Amino acid sequence: MDLRFTPEELAFRDEVRGFIRANLPEGTRNKLVEGRPLDKDDTVFWQRTLNKEGWAVYNWPVEWGGTGWSPVKQYLFQDELQQAPAPLPLGFGVTMVGPVLIAFGSEEQKRRYLPPIANLDEWWCQGFSEPGAGSDLASLRTSARRERDRYIVNGQKIWTSLAQYADWMFCLVRTDPQAKKQEGISFLLIDMKSPGITRRPIVTIDGGRDVNEVFFDDVEVPAENLVGEENKGWDYAKFLLGNERTGIARVGTSKERLRRIRELASLTSANGRPFIEDERFREKLAALEVELKALEMTQLRVVAAERSRRDNKPDPASSILKIKGSEIQQATSELLLEVVGPYAMPFEPEGWNEPPVGPEWAATIAPAYFNWRKISIYGGTNEIQKNIIAKAILGL
Amino acid sequence: MDFDLDEEQRLLKESLDRLLSERYAFENRKAYQQSPEGWSREMWAHYAELGLLGLSFAERFGGSEKGAVETMIVMEGFGRALALEPYFATVILGAGFLRYGGSEEQCAALLPQIAAGKLTLAFAHTERDSRYDLAHISTRAVREGEGWVIDGEKGVVLHGDSADRFVVTARTGGGERDREGIGVFLVGAESPGVGRRGYPTQDGLKAAEVTFNRVRVGPEAVLGEPGEALSLVERVVDEAIAALAAEAVGAMAAMHELTLDYLKTRRQFGREIGSFQVLQHRAVDMLMALEQARSMAMYATMMAGEEDGAARSAAVSQAKVQIGRSGRFIAHQAIQLHGGIGMTMEYRVGHYFKRVTMIDSAFGDADHHLKRLARENATRAAA
Ligand SMILES: Cc1cc2nc3c(=O)[nH]c(=O)nc-3n(C[C@H](O)[C@H](O)[C@H](O)COP(=O)(O)OP(=O)(O)OC[C@H]3O[C@@H](n4cnc5c(N)ncnc54)[C@H](O)[C@@H]3O)c2cc1C
Repeated sequence: MDLRFTPEELAFRDEVRGFIRANLPEGTRNKLVEGRPLDKDDTVFWQRTLNKEGWAVYNWPVEWGGTGWSPVKQYLFQDELQQAPAPLPLGFGVTMVGPVLIAFGSEEQKRRYLPPIANLDEWWCQGFSEPGAGSDLASLRTSARRERDRYIVNGQKIWTSLAQYADWMFCLVRTDPQAKKQEGISFLLIDMKSPGITRRPIVTIDGGRDVNEVFFDDVEVPAENLVGEENKGWDYAKFLLGNERTGIARVGTSKERLRRIRELASLTSANGRPFIEDERFREKLAALEVELKALEMTQLRVVAAERSRRDNKPDPASSILKIKGSEIQQATSELLLEVVGPYAMPFEPEGWNEPPVGPEWAATIAPAYFNWRKISIYGGTNEIQKNIIAKAILGL
Repeated sequence: MDFDLDEEQRLLKESLDRLLSERYAFENRKAYQQSPEGWSREMWAHYAELGLLGLSFAERFGGSEKGAVETMIVMEGFGRALALEPYFATVILGAGFLRYGGSEEQCAALLPQIAAGKLTLAFAHTERDSRYDLAHISTRAVREGEGWVIDGEKGVVLHGDSADRFVVTARTGGGERDREGIGVFLVGAESPGVGRRGYPTQDGLKAAEVTFNRVRVGPEAVLGEPGEALSLVERVVDEAIAALAAEAVGAMAAMHELTLDYLKTRRQFGREIGSFQVLQHRAVDMLMALEQARSMAMYATMMAGEEDGAARSAAVSQAKVQIGRSGRFIAHQAIQLHGGIGMTMEYRVGHYFKRVTMIDSAFGDADHHLKRLARENATRAAA
């Protein structure tokens, strides 16, 4: 056991840090620090910058443009991006559909779709959840009927993040209504420009518009857009959902938030002194730092264990990281809310062009706190994650 | 001791519940919110008719001389309905200053107008750096002849955008955070030198930043004893916190009910999600948090009229801690157990979440009051 990073790993981390410092646009960084939404262009520009360096699809095999980095290096890369803070390469393409195509797609599909994913020339969204199929994803009903060389898709997806920007959707559809529910599902690639697709934004409690409903009305999808085998889609979905083992806890993001808390708590005064000097507040902050350090070490243990893994099966330990990571991120948003105090109140709706009401950093704090409740819901709720741990790790 | 409502209290509750269930459906609320003032003048008139706007005023001022329990009933109802009207700003805070600090003439001039729904008030108190310290005031009031000249800036003044008059705290002497040297003044919103900038708040209400630039007021504008008015402020704020506690309980009860309904109707894995034991236990935890909060809202109500300021403040702080904690727990769980739907603006539960969050940060969050209680303990131990 050697719990330290090797000199090579440390040098790598410095290299990544230096690259981000030299290349990340100030405006993008500021938006992330201040909790303002990124424009599509911010994300695209940054991913292309990474792609030029050969880093956008850091987790892919070398033959498809990946880096060949060890799991530890991949982790360090994500951690540095999160801490900067910089956008991560768009997950829907890079960590979700990309690896599925690499593992199960045809040669043509790989050649057609992978390069534009790497360069974010095409934006992907994830069409899994439906109104009646959330935690019980396998009960999904959006249907794809085979007609000669194409599928006809009908139904509805919901909660589709960033579908407003998407060129493509990877979508779970029911191709065999007769089969047991997990066995009649297929994995389709759908062009979002296809006739018959309607997207409708859902406004979330913070006033944001990043999730959508997507309706399919006799949408024609070429049969060649099927990934792998028909009715094997559930296996690919499971592969996809368990694939993200590193970075899922967003330790770097929480580190960055703690830095922000310290900064803002120094700028805020309470009883005539900087709020950061408040004993109780400092203790809570310190306690959260302890939790985060523990999570970081747990995360590193999982990452290090990757080295000796031979299979590609999902690791139930990622559920532990997801739960703890979500709790810590949510706790950082609560501490920020506490820092801002009465000036959490003003609501500056989308398109607000007036000068800020309170301190200029205050307006985004309450919305972020509201919005971050989603972290324990999306990607499998914390209750579902605990079910997984109970079954897969504890054998209960 | 009797925790049951008496006949009249029951009638009050029933008529308010009826009014709100008929006219404060979620869709109504949305429409009221989109009106220029952000609340309903029509509802305000209904409240006046029901006697709510003069609930605790003396009869000679057009009131019905009710006590803190009636206020609790009304605020809980408003909490459930997510009412947008400036009841708290006008009747609880504004009129509270008149009741406890106004002269017979001031009360006679203003309380009947409030009770009739013709006058709204707002409490212009918080400043940029004051956070939750009631004595932290740098707005100044300087004597000039018979009257006073007020200069300063106030922030997040709840319903300050539409109020007819402000109750303004200002310093007549002493340093920025001294307990001495505080005065309270009534200032017309249209007086020369008053500026305001209104905006929506996170929970769908309205507030304003208000500036006072050499605003002149006469001797009739003074509430309480200039220079000695902090205890008046504390008294009114304590009563206001008790009222907020009741409002928060209304919101928490509504979140719990919505969640329970959802557990019984939402199906996943071929069964109601309420059949999963882990969710049953969560709903039980929510209920316990709700009952603890309700008990403390009652305790604050009971203690709100207490003359001994230290005992009253301690009780109110205890209630604020409990309300803050229960509110946060219940809101988080209500969202979580709803899954995605709980995160949407179209659904009611998120609006309660935002309201209880803002209630927590009004007049001191849970931790602020916990620290106050902790200091109190140290003083008691030393005595
Ligand atoms: C902001 C946001 C973005 C999202 N983005 C996407 C996206 O891009 N693409 C996509 O496909 N989906 C997306 N989702 C959907 C997300 O994955 C689902 O919301 C999630 O899986 C939960 O499903 P549900 O909302 O239907 O809740 P439900 O499944 O109805 O759950 C309701 C409650 O019941 C609990 N529950 C359910 N089953 C059990 C059980 N067996 N045991 C114990 N408790 C249980 C849940 O934990 C939850 O608390 C997003 C969601 C949000 C909020």
